[in-house]
Amino acid sequence: MTKDKKEHILKALKKGVRYDGRKLLEYREVKVEPGFVHGAEGSAKVTIGDTEIIAGVKMALETPYPDTPDKGNLMVNAELRPMSNPEFESGPPGEQAIELSRVVDRGIRESKAIDQEKLCLEKGEKVWSVMIDLVPLNASGNLFDAGSLAAITALKNAVFPKLTEEGIINYDEKTKEKLPLQKEPIEVTVLKIGEFFIVDPLPEEEEQLDARLTVAITADNKICAVQKGGSEPLSITEIDTMVGIAQDKSKELRKKI
Amino acid sequence: MTRVDRRKNEELRPITAKVGVIKNAEGSAMLKIGGTTAIAAVYGPRDLYPRFKQDPKKGLLRCDYNMMPFSGHGDRVRPGGGRRSKEISMVTQKAINPVIDLKNCPNAVVDVFIELTETDAGTRCAGITAAAMALADAGIEMKDLVIALSVGMLDGELLVDINGKEDCELGATDIPIAYIPSMDKISLLQIDGEITREDLKKALEVGKKKCLEIYEIQKKALKQKYSTANKTEKVKSK
Repeated sequence: MTKDKKEHILKALKKGVRYDGRKLLEYREVKVEPGFVHGAEGSAKVTIGDTEIIAGVKMALETPYPDTPDKGNLMVNAELRPMSNPEFESGPPGEQAIELSRVVDRGIRESKAIDQEKLCLEKGEKVWSVMIDLVPLNASGNLFDAGSLAAITALKNAVFPKLTEEGIINYDEKTKEKLPLQKEPIEVTVLKIGEFFIVDPLPEEEEQLDARLTVAITADNKICAVQKGGSEPLSITEIDTMVGIAQDKSKELRKKI
Repeated sequence: MTRVDRRKNEELRPITAKVGVIKNAEGSAMLKIGGTTAIAAVYGPRDLYPRFKQDPKKGLLRCDYNMMPFSGHGDRVRPGGGRRSKEISMVTQKAINPVIDLKNCPNAVVDVFIELTETDAGTRCAGITAAAMALADAGIEMKDLVIALSVGMLDGELLVDINGKEDCELGATDIPIAYIPSMDKISLLQIDGEITREDLKKALEVGKKKCLEIYEIQKKALKQKYSTANKTEKVKSK
């Protein structure tokens, strides 16, 4: 059964067509809606085809980690709730959710998207924590690209909540002060199925992938994080081709934020 | 007395309802009431595991209530749920179960997942109201819809659909109810705070009346989905 599916996909790819009629390096329609959740400090909903994902940013005052006493904390978490896909189950995050959150985290962290030193209020004592939660409403493929796009958009529209004179957060009132953003990484996932490369996979294509590469790219076209997935190894030439595709496609996605 | 958001005592917050919002689900619905947004998705009937939970006489309705981490107005809500969401999931199931007929789905489960994207009080009620629409959208056999609403009591006055400020800061007595019109019965009742027996009776009467208003909104949203579905089908057949 699975083998038939793969053969079917490959036969179509040979003709340059996808399961849903798209070309190999074509995204489904991408829609970005900033400020989707009103209670959060920042938020966005991203729609790529049938995939819909919300990113919400919450901020809190916490003590910094001992090894970075003068830097604010950054956390990315993904919740693959059973509402969004019949395959997802309740309970603690599984492999898929953890990989998604860590790959999105890496793009933001390693590009130094947020100037974390500016989040420090008192060295070793008090820093801002920026917590990004990713929750798909409908998971239909390509959560990496959709999640990272939602995360960066939510960070872009996030504002600090007000502090009282005693230095306690008043979440009901927001300031106009934005997060200290210095980079805007965009992640593009390139799949290898057989000898073909595709972007923005459908769930059916994700099931049949041989290898995938998620590449985080900054506005100056630099690579800042990569994750290889899938069970087949890749040659250096293949990696180079996939990175090139990711760089090209990141420019398309960047127009949306 | 004027309310914090200038509403009349028996005035609901603005409501938006939409059916068919989650493509992967068999049925789904969104209910936005003031600053609270609930999304419900229905999966099933599907096989129930572990097996010992299966009932050869009828299917099981399972409800799962969850607040998204960024949905609150204050601190981030830690994922994973807790005692509160467990209890709300349970009372939600009890509120809806009386209208659900799963005798034609032995050994199966119908899962209702309720997610809150934004919260400003009345979340369990919004969840139940959305869940009823989602179940209908999924084509589950139902005797009726269920509507839930919170009635509050503050300084001797009955307030309908209390918001977060009235509930938490002003300390209104909170009475979430669920109402089944065709049976004229209440399937969810909780009270947080003081109230006299007389006032409770009044609160239930007012709650019932206002639930019937939301009932119309539910029905309209359901009809809207299926009337537009019909239209597109007609276009296709040409």
